[in-house]
Amino acid sequence: MNAQTHPNYNMDVVKLFTLATCFWGVVGMLVGVIIALQLAFPVLNIEPLLTFGRLRPIHTSGVIFAFGGNALFATSYYIVQRTCRVRLWNDKLAFFTFWGYQTFIVMAAFGYLMGVTQAKEYAEPEWYADIWLTIVWVAYLLVFLGTVIKRKEPHLYVANWFFLAFIITVAVLHLGNAMHIPVDIRGLKSYSVTSGVQSAMIQWWYGHNAVGFFLTAGFLGMMYYFIPKRAERPVYSYRLSIVHFWSLIFIYIWAGPHHLHYTALPDWAQTLGMTFSVMLWMPSWGGMINGAMTLSGAWHKLRKDPVLQFMIVSLAFYGMGTFEGPLLSIRVVNALSHYTDWTIGHVHSAALGWNGFITFGALYMLVPLLWERKEVYSLKLVSVHLWLGTFGIVLYITAMWASGIMQGLMWRSYDEMGFLTYSFVETVVAMHPFYVIRAMGGLLFLTGTLLMCYNFYRTIKGDVRAGEVDKNGQPRVPMLNGKALSAPQEGK
Amino acid sequence: MKLLEKHEVLEKNSILLLIGIIVVVLIGGIIEIIPLFRKETVIEPVEGMRPYTPLELAGYNIYLREGCYNCHSQHIRPLRDEVTRYGHYSLAAESMYDHPFQWGSKRTGPDLSRVGGKYSDEWHVAHLIKPQSVVPESIMPSYSFLMRRAATISDLDKHLKTLRMIGVPYTEDMIANAEKDAVAQATGDRVDTSGFVSRYGEKVNARDFDGQQHTVTEMDALVAYLQVLGTMVDFKSAKNIHMVEE
Repeated sequence: MNAQTHPNYNMDVVKLFTLATCFWGVVGMLVGVIIALQLAFPVLNIEPLLTFGRLRPIHTSGVIFAFGGNALFATSYYIVQRTCRVRLWNDKLAFFTFWGYQTFIVMAAFGYLMGVTQAKEYAEPEWYADIWLTIVWVAYLLVFLGTVIKRKEPHLYVANWFFLAFIITVAVLHLGNAMHIPVDIRGLKSYSVTSGVQSAMIQWWYGHNAVGFFLTAGFLGMMYYFIPKRAERPVYSYRLSIVHFWSLIFIYIWAGPHHLHYTALPDWAQTLGMTFSVMLWMPSWGGMINGAMTLSGAWHKLRKDPVLQFMIVSLAFYGMGTFEGPLLSIRVVNALSHYTDWTIGHVHSAALGWNGFITFGALYMLVPLLWERKEVYSLKLVSVHLWLGTFGIVLYITAMWASGIMQGLMWRSYDEMGFLTYSFVETVVAMHPFYVIRAMGGLLFLTGTLLMCYNFYRTIKGDVRAGEVDKNGQPRVPMLNGKALSAPQEGK
Repeated sequence: MKLLEKHEVLEKNSILLLIGIIVVVLIGGIIEIIPLFRKETVIEPVEGMRPYTPLELAGYNIYLREGCYNCHSQHIRPLRDEVTRYGHYSLAAESMYDHPFQWGSKRTGPDLSRVGGKYSDEWHVAHLIKPQSVVPESIMPSYSFLMRRAATISDLDKHLKTLRMIGVPYTEDMIANAEKDAVAQATGDRVDTSGFVSRYGEKVNARDFDGQQHTVTEMDALVAYLQVLGTMVDFKSAKNIHMVEE
């Protein structure tokens, strides 16, 4: 690195977050496979600690907040430094966000295992962990904003708008939904200040916007840096960036009540939630189009570069997920899909396909950059990962579509006498084959992630696999521990 | 477009951008959430709703602790098949003392909002010890340890006090007798429950839920909670509630 053109960036903290992303990714996905198997084979539940009810929050928080969260920290810290051309503001605080956030994850996960939970999906950590997270999150905002304020670029790059929206809105959501009052200041248990309808509305205002701002806005920030960088093309449309940014963050926040169709939540709120969810389709696709069209004039690069393939496939899944979401938010569709596996399939097509794949793509770029290697150990293994992951997702979501729609239809099926055709447990029995297929899909996806970790281990070690070509199809020199093994073979 | 050119101002001033974001994201939440706190427009008044007894509350907390909401909903939608399968659709009032709500989002197992009184205590105990013993195809985990674990009832007064602070109408009398009432409810016919009944009403279930005398177990608490679900509202006397079908 040339010290004159590059400021002295704080890449150490980015490295830590990158490694943590890989670690928690494996943990979160492994627990996912375990609980998928528990649904297929209930004998795998080991009471009292290792039951589905206690493990599921470890899976959901593990993949969303531990894997996804660390990925967002890593990429936002990297991107904000590069696009503002300054070092992160306040090293101590930046490292505090790392250790503080890992502490939060361990605190929350250990709590779930012990049954310490607020019992609100994706917001299960008890009050003490919530307070700790607030402190860490304020530090995150300060580090990010501090860096932005002292920037050397007059314009703030679009990726940073998304990161800023993600950080501040998650703070608002967290504070709003974490209104709990502890029974005893020395104890673990707390009660939600709101109850019933009000707590449901606030919970899903939070829950849906954890999707909207944590899993969408934040990851769009990632997308807006790494896709143009890898494709070596500017973002397709500046204007589209502005329009879809503001419409996305404005509309998303309204969508929560679609989780509460046909409930005791007043109809006007349900209707607002549905209307805005359908409207959300457009700004979501605005992001997808802006990302995918960035490849205009560079589509040929997609043929040889599995890292770019990862990111473009992620946009395809993003587009699919953000089409399916509005569809499921329509009341009559929701009448069938709600409470079934269709929702689970929807979530996973977006989470595995969009969040997973854009993260993998970003990590495959980030690791060589951080450890100053030309490329990862093996692009061939990246390609294998891409296909393992894609097959995993396809198995997962087709199984869940089939089981979800089937169960929904079985529940509402009547015989000619006007009685319900199926008892509840008959519909559970019908799910079994799909639960097995789903677990296999998850296992494939996890295998891909493990392969990625191996690839990174060898990359960091300074190895290049024999017979590798780079993203342009040029042969690479095989290396071991940073030393060339032999000259590249001529003539191929 | 002129307006888009003005966007440059926000791109050059991060604090202005931050304020813009906050304003834009607050609007939707404010419009959807704040009106719900005019509770008279949200919760229709019904006869029979009462706060949980201390033992039921302990059961509610076990339900939360074990993550039952991950697989069981507690909300019946006004759709024909759900009303046939589970009973009257859920009313806002029925979860007004749940801090937080337990409506759930997934039915890996059946809805539980009206499970109270549908099965015997013995069935629930056998089912929780080993679900497959009564429903062979069930995929629910076993919770046999609840039989062996004493319920924490000594601090229930603090729980009631906390809940009173946030609007649950527990009386001084209820708080003072919280632990005693939990014991009385789990012991039932073998002790004098008149005080307990006078505080929580004639309809209250007071009996030895798990069949193990001398101890108030977590099984007692959880079964007491399950047996009260959906049984409080007197639908026969309710006038404003209509049956809605799809």
